[in-house]
Amino acid sequence: MKFGVIVFPGSNCDHDAFYAVTHNLAQSAEFIWHDSTSLGGVDAVILPGGFAYGDYLRCGAIAKFSPVMRAVRDFAASGGPVLGICNGFQILVEAGLLPGALIRNRGLKFICREVHLRAATQDSIFTSAIPPGQVLRLPIAHGEGCYYADERTLDQLEDEDRVLFRYLDNPNGSLRDIAGVLNRERNVMGMMPHPERASDPLMGSADGLAIFRSVLQARTVSA
Amino acid sequence: MTVAITPDLIQQHQLTPGEYAKIVAILGREPSYTELGIFSVMWSEHCSYKSSRRHLKKLPTTGSRVVQGPGENAGIVDIGSGYVIAFKIESHNHPSFIEPFQGAATGVGGILRDIFTMGARPIAVLDSLRFGRLDDLGVPSGPGPRNRRILSGVVAGIAHYGNCFGVPTIGGETLFEPCYDGNPLVNVFALGICRKEDIFYAKAAGVGNPVIYVGARTGRDGIHGASMASAEFTEESKQKRPNVQVGDPFMEKLLLEACLEAMRTGAIVGIQDMGAAGLTCSTCEMGSRGEVGIEIELDRVPQRATGMTSYEIMLSESQERMLLVADKGRQDEVFAVFRKWGLEAAEIGIVTGDGQLRVRHHGQIVAEIPNRELADEAPLYDRPVAPVPSVPAHASSWPVTGDPQNDLPRLLSAPDICSKRAIWEQYDYQVRTNTLAGPERADAALIRIKETGGSLAISLDGNGRYCRLDPRLGAMLAVAECCRNLSVVGATPIAATNCLNFGNPERPEIMAQLVEAVEGISEACRCFDTPITGGNVSLYNETLGEGIYPTPVLGIVGLLPTGFPVTIPFKVPGRSVILLGGLRACDESQFGATQYAKEILHQLWGLPPALDLPYEQRVQLAIRRIVAEGLAESAHDLSDGGLAVALAECCFGPAEIGAHVDLPSDLRPEILLFHEAPSRILISTSQPVQVAAIAEAFEIESLLIGVTIEKGLEIRQRTVTLGAWDIATLKSHYDTAL
Repeated sequence: MKFGVIVFPGSNCDHDAFYAVTHNLAQSAEFIWHDSTSLGGVDAVILPGGFAYGDYLRCGAIAKFSPVMRAVRDFAASGGPVLGICNGFQILVEAGLLPGALIRNRGLKFICREVHLRAATQDSIFTSAIPPGQVLRLPIAHGEGCYYADERTLDQLEDEDRVLFRYLDNPNGSLRDIAGVLNRERNVMGMMPHPERASDPLMGSADGLAIFRSVLQARTVSA
Repeated sequence: MTVAITPDLIQQHQLTPGEYAKIVAILGREPSYTELGIFSVMWSEHCSYKSSRRHLKKLPTTGSRVVQGPGENAGIVDIGSGYVIAFKIESHNHPSFIEPFQGAATGVGGILRDIFTMGARPIAVLDSLRFGRLDDLGVPSGPGPRNRRILSGVVAGIAHYGNCFGVPTIGGETLFEPCYDGNPLVNVFALGICRKEDIFYAKAAGVGNPVIYVGARTGRDGIHGASMASAEFTEESKQKRPNVQVGDPFMEKLLLEACLEAMRTGAIVGIQDMGAAGLTCSTCEMGSRGEVGIEIELDRVPQRATGMTSYEIMLSESQERMLLVADKGRQDEVFAVFRKWGLEAAEIGIVTGDGQLRVRHHGQIVAEIPNRELADEAPLYDRPVAPVPSVPAHASSWPVTGDPQNDLPRLLSAPDICSKRAIWEQYDYQVRTNTLAGPERADAALIRIKETGGSLAISLDGNGRYCRLDPRLGAMLAVAECCRNLSVVGATPIAATNCLNFGNPERPEIMAQLVEAVEGISEACRCFDTPITGGNVSLYNETLGEGIYPTPVLGIVGLLPTGFPVTIPFKVPGRSVILLGGLRACDESQFGATQYAKEILHQLWGLPPALDLPYEQRVQLAIRRIVAEGLAESAHDLSDGGLAVALAECCFGPAEIGAHVDLPSDLRPEILLFHEAPSRILISTSQPVQVAAIAEAFEIESLLIGVTIEKGLEIRQRTVTLGAWDIATLKSHYDTAL
């Protein structure tokens, strides 16, 4: 399976995502520069963490205009798996591919810390390989990770089983402890914690690998 | 516009009459205003090291692994498998006092550029910080609130820059003393990696080659920053805020990627960042190193302000700019890369054969100075030394009986000792997925090198209190502790960098502190075989005549195989607790610099702890063997707060495993518990016999002092209980103090 890792100016977890899927998941990957208009036949797309365009104006607000985002949108519309991690989540939200918004952490400070999560749904290509009920230890590293949406949207997300992950120890004030969400078609996800940083036991946790493995399994099953 | 060069103007540029005479002799005429500005920044203390240079020559700078010693933007050390690391520590003290957020942020930016200008991708940052006291002394105008503002500004600035740039901030140290009230210290260490054949140097070569300017536009910010950093602070210093630059970490990230990519084209001959003294420094230093001339045309320099004078353009310290020399005819390859990254690049001049820095503006030559004289012939001073400032030989008062039960929690909540989580959680310490041990997990920070399969351990250490009492011994203790921290995690120290923070060198007793400290570093680094490959000297850390403690900070790097790190906390109950190096002796005269003397007795006297270098070295060899053989389940060296504090810190793991220890000693209890003699390491092990055998082989003491237990910490002295504590309570003191 081939992952495409989008590189925006200011992305800085691009190498980490690349390393996790090539080295820890043992699949292939390629970097896709933000002004590409095509994704070149990859099987899944990762929008990595970082500070695309310096996070100036608002996180993700400029990156959503990058030429590659049109290709990402088409890829998503055709059912391809799209993973937005941290800044990638913020970009997907700004681009309207996922609902809600990511606002400043409740404590107003950047936080780098390990948090505990639980998959809130098994019914997704991103969580199917995670044993039900398992607590995942994943790191966060963000200043604007507080998930926010209006009550109706939040109710709708829950009604449609589209909350992907919830914090057990909510670090940033996210509403309803939401750490990750799905789009309606369930092929686009965004999450603030970093699975690519928890894909190798040497880094303190390999719990994040299950998320990439889920995508791989779904691909193998459907192929 | 012609500005008359008057004695007043010369003095405003902090040039002495003698220095001015030398300028006239070099030029064979009076300098222009622009030339005066150029000389004043290049010959400032900050750029020329004119007070310290003759003493820095005493430092060991060579070794089998050293590829590049001092004199370049960063030192370079061979780590095997075809890879090298580039690293250096630098201060940004003065700007951080005037404008904490931007001062610290641009400090990070500056040192990162020093690393990637060598062709190395930055993979780690650590910080050594000093602030004034945090308590407000009970008065609203006390120093506490202001120092807290400086602290939070500095930390936010470091976080802002490092996090956005994408380099992990993996460790460091933060200490507090009243002497830093008016002079906080912000020392930033950065380390990068590259293949040995991909190193770039800041050297111009090839007559006729184009000189190219890349990155941010030049503005009026930071003019005379280098001179500001070379003077004491006065009441007027707040007016110097415009001298502090403003950082843009996003621009720097683009610059990093673009520079590394441009270097891969093979079209770049030499490259240097524009840091202190901006365009002036980068042009004349590159020219001087290459023994060539450089001619630039200021009209071609991208500018963000209109109507800038040649003086302003040459002295601006606008951030995120680089100067490079490309192969003639291949500049388009370079421009293409910078275009891809959306960065401005402009050909602003050429390399010439006449050794001159020639600057044109609006068709006129505004400066014409020989590069070598400007860059390397700054006046050198052999400043007079007097005995270092004296200190009381004995404690002025010391209660007859101590109170260990209450003293331990008090020390654990002391600002120097307590957890700095509130600081380091604001730093991304994991980006690049190499961090094996980030802040407060092990005695040294640890990162793996994916390219080689090996890992690096890094530690920063300095102790102003020790150095205030004895700068030579204090500096040696800093080197010893730094190396010990590496050894505790199993790493072999290979090379060092230092940041020398001192007061006004024109005062003989301050100059003496500098000389003593350099000689101490020199002796200790020779002993541990850790050559100094670069660093920085920050003088004039004084406000209104009040100097800081002499504060040399060491940054030392060690090598070890990649694996799970040996961390501080006890892991399992029922293990032997062994104190390598033993309890050591300490008398009252060596207790006056301890944290106990500071926090409980509020005094500073006598001497730092004694250091036996050969013994220290054997202790380090022993612990490295013990770690290599997998015998240590946990390891932690004794430093600030001594044995009791180290024991408590070992209990603060997730499982809160405690210990029961009994100390066979007749020392006075508070000396026994809290003295800070070096060369001591606490480990827990399931193999005490093998540990003892290794200790014996290296002829060091290995004292079995107790056993790990499920709950609580109890310390006895010859069966008499000195204290018994609930770990959660101790930990809450430690965790919530800052």
